[in-house]
Amino acid sequence: MPQVTLSVNGKSHTVEVEGRTLLVELLREKLGLTGTHVGCDTSQCGACVVDVNGTSVKSCTMLAMQADGAKVTTIEGLAKPDGTLHPMQEMFREHHALQCGFCTPGMVMSAIDLVNSHPEGLTEEQIRHGLEGNLCRCTGYHNIVKAIAAAWPLMHGKKMAAE
Amino acid sequence: MNAPFEGIGASMKRKEDLRFISGHGHYVDDINRPGQLYAYIKRSDRAHAELRGIDTAAAKASAGVVAVYTSADLTGIGGLPCGWQIHNKDGSPMAEPAHPVLASGKVRHVGDPVAVVIAETKQQAKDAAEKLVVDYKDLPAVATVTDAVKPGAAQVHEGAAGNVCYDWEIGDKGAVDAAFAKAAKTVKLDLTNNRLIPNAMEPRAAIGEYDPTTGEHTLYTTSQNPHVIRLLMGAFVLQIPEHKLRVVAPDVGGGFGSKIYHYAEEAIVTWASGKLAQPVKWAAERNESFMSDAHGRDHVSTAELALAADGTFLALRVKTLCNMGAYLSTFAPAVPTYLYATLLAGVYKTPAIYAEVKAVFTNTVPVDAYRGAGRPEASFLLERLVDVAARDTGMDRVEIRRKNFIPKDAFPYQTPVALQYDSGDYVSTLDAAMKHADWAGFPARRAAAKAKGKLRGIGMSTYLEACGIAPSKVVGSLGARAGLYEVANIRVHPTGSVTVFTGTHSHGQGHETTMAQLVSDQLGVPFSQVEVVHGDTSKIPFGMGTYGSRSLAVGGSAMVKAMDKIITKGRKIAAHLLEAAVEDVEFKDGKFTVAGTDRSKTLSEIALTAYVPHNYPIEELEPGLDETAFYDPKNFTYPGGCHVCEVEIDAETGVVSVVNFTAVDDVGRVVNPMIVEGQVQGGVAQGIGQALLENAVYDQDGQLLSGSFMDYTMPRADNLPNIKVGTETTLCTHNPLGVKGCGEVGAIGSPPAVINAVVDALSDYGVRHLDMPASPQKIWSIIQGAPRMAAE
Repeated sequence: MPQVTLSVNGKSHTVEVEGRTLLVELLREKLGLTGTHVGCDTSQCGACVVDVNGTSVKSCTMLAMQADGAKVTTIEGLAKPDGTLHPMQEMFREHHALQCGFCTPGMVMSAIDLVNSHPEGLTEEQIRHGLEGNLCRCTGYHNIVKAIAAAWPLMHGKKMAAE
Repeated sequence: MNAPFEGIGASMKRKEDLRFISGHGHYVDDINRPGQLYAYIKRSDRAHAELRGIDTAAAKASAGVVAVYTSADLTGIGGLPCGWQIHNKDGSPMAEPAHPVLASGKVRHVGDPVAVVIAETKQQAKDAAEKLVVDYKDLPAVATVTDAVKPGAAQVHEGAAGNVCYDWEIGDKGAVDAAFAKAAKTVKLDLTNNRLIPNAMEPRAAIGEYDPTTGEHTLYTTSQNPHVIRLLMGAFVLQIPEHKLRVVAPDVGGGFGSKIYHYAEEAIVTWASGKLAQPVKWAAERNESFMSDAHGRDHVSTAELALAADGTFLALRVKTLCNMGAYLSTFAPAVPTYLYATLLAGVYKTPAIYAEVKAVFTNTVPVDAYRGAGRPEASFLLERLVDVAARDTGMDRVEIRRKNFIPKDAFPYQTPVALQYDSGDYVSTLDAAMKHADWAGFPARRAAAKAKGKLRGIGMSTYLEACGIAPSKVVGSLGARAGLYEVANIRVHPTGSVTVFTGTHSHGQGHETTMAQLVSDQLGVPFSQVEVVHGDTSKIPFGMGTYGSRSLAVGGSAMVKAMDKIITKGRKIAAHLLEAAVEDVEFKDGKFTVAGTDRSKTLSEIALTAYVPHNYPIEELEPGLDETAFYDPKNFTYPGGCHVCEVEIDAETGVVSVVNFTAVDDVGRVVNPMIVEGQVQGGVAQGIGQALLENAVYDQDGQLLSGSFMDYTMPRADNLPNIKVGTETTLCTHNPLGVKGCGEVGAIGSPPAVINAVVDALSDYGVRHLDMPASPQKIWSIIQGAPRMAAE
């Protein structure tokens, strides 16, 4: 079986995979990182979003072998080693942006990329549009949008242009 | 310094969030047991066919395969039971065809399980399933309720002539007919309630495990009610006694009704793990969810309203055809009867109501309760009919409602369709919603939109629901095969911290937080010192689970009862320690005090004494501070309110945008306002989804056309507005907390508000009614003057 070597949450792993193994299967089944979820089989729901080399990626849509040499961050790798949460995680809790929690890891990972890629600021409309690839069935998105807007200044160290 | 307020009414941040935001939730598919095998279910790709044989040889020889089972292997296993029995108009019981765990003789819907392959890996099981050769002989199929009742329609079950499951009625037909005969005006409306697919984000999953040394089975399952699954599967399907069957529902990623029912896969993995003496895991792929999770709604109705000349409602007549799908799911027969037709009075004092409900079988996935369950169908019918009545009689939409509201001094109010409402104030929710939504300022907004080429409309619904399911004696007389009380066990530990064991189940509702607040409030224990345990039959005495917005109204009431017992016992212990009479000991803010003195003992001191005493009245009083209580509600609870929706339609494309949405609900006492707001927002999102986007579509041969997220339109962030939520409170009069429930109000009140707004926006086009979903195509066709595409 082919081997893949990749860094996940700062730790290097070499794993045997089948050619058809998906990145999400490698994370969940080979590395036991079950925080990344599978909610669909058509790349629609976004529960499996992780960060690959600085960009959010649906890990159900990437073969494990394509991640050879990549630097992957999953939801488990966001908090600092001392347990300090990432501002996006904090704001999700603060604004009640999660209910059942199943979409939450993918939602948080997508939201971080969204905020990072908009240093100039984010309008509500941009946030809603930016979440198009992530489904949540519980919250109606209202509080997720609020949490992301609140995380922006914390992540960029300044106030949002819109405020 | 005062302790921070953590009790009833505080928006405490959720205890469960830390594990979810850090990726440490513990869902069924996250669990892997040593030596675990994987099951893959082979499902029918035919809607209706004779199952003439399955050649399993190639699959059995496939790499990694441990076993292949078909119905022939499942000897001695019962069918999946139904929890309700409805009776026909003539008193005879409903048709109740067998629901085999694996299809036997025939398949009856796309997705019907025909075989299970068990292998060392998931991929091996799936690969082997491809090698199964199933010999089908196709039969004519029927997918819709209107087709199912046509003469000569394909028959889904031999024992259900004309595909009828039951033909049921409620109300006084004679009184209604008489009222219609002398009414000044009558209004008639044909409408459908579109079929929906619940789509909780976590697909269903189950793991069976068997310990041959003890004979004990464990089932990990994505369930809203593990004890109910243990009861149904243990007693009716697999004949495993409760003490040898543990059911665990750990973190569950949303349910919305779809995870109430006992599904075939739970029995399959439990049975197979016993047979193979190895754990067996099954996890649905999303396409399996679409064709095997119970669907919701799917009604076709005719509604008629008789009015006096001044707009007073005189009588309501309703005829509904509803879809049961191919088999009866656990709650299915109750949904279009006791959760629908009994709600047809709504918030109105209509004196005479008569409803006929015919439930039919079709070659589709079973239909059962989905968020709101029956009550959204009732509110949609009623609130559309009221708007149409206003339009047809030239009355104002708001005034016709006000005129017919049950006044707030009329409670308890007996409706003509069985229910007795305990409390409510429909004027207060209406006024508050109109104020928050700036109803009065709408004409200016409409004019401004028109100037931009947009069609703007506003609509409302004033709705009511019955939840807090359910008074056991009442539901027993209505056909429930079990009572629906709830259980709580409250354990005060020796040093004063508390564990709550609840028979309800949290799959997003935040019980670990809300219920801890309840304990903090009643026992004066810090919020951080309370742990809520749910979802494991080996830990919790019993429970009926979570659905029908019952957890706080029924489960919370059981907790109050158990805490009352704790306090009663604590007073006796305190009286002993303080050398006072029990009657003189008061309990307040976590302290037992001899009235009129400063002599007191804290709950922790009493708890320590209860467990490890030197000085204790052991002859008279059992040690320990651990109490269990069962609570049977005296009545349903009746949340209600007013939802106002404002839409803008792009006339060029027919796309509807919800620009404002305001929900003002009366959910009784609010324990955690933050959580209530979130529950309402989520429910409204599902209601807007039903009204504008979602539709489960079968073709005439019974193929599911909307079988993936690429075909079934789930609401996304950019389909939805901010959802303004307010509450107005009247207390439930019959439970100790005064709570009514908030889980379903959003999905019940919102769909008619949205459609009323869409119809209002299209008022220049002569539109009287539009069925859901109000898709761009439907609206564009209306605007283009293509009446063939319009609903009416």
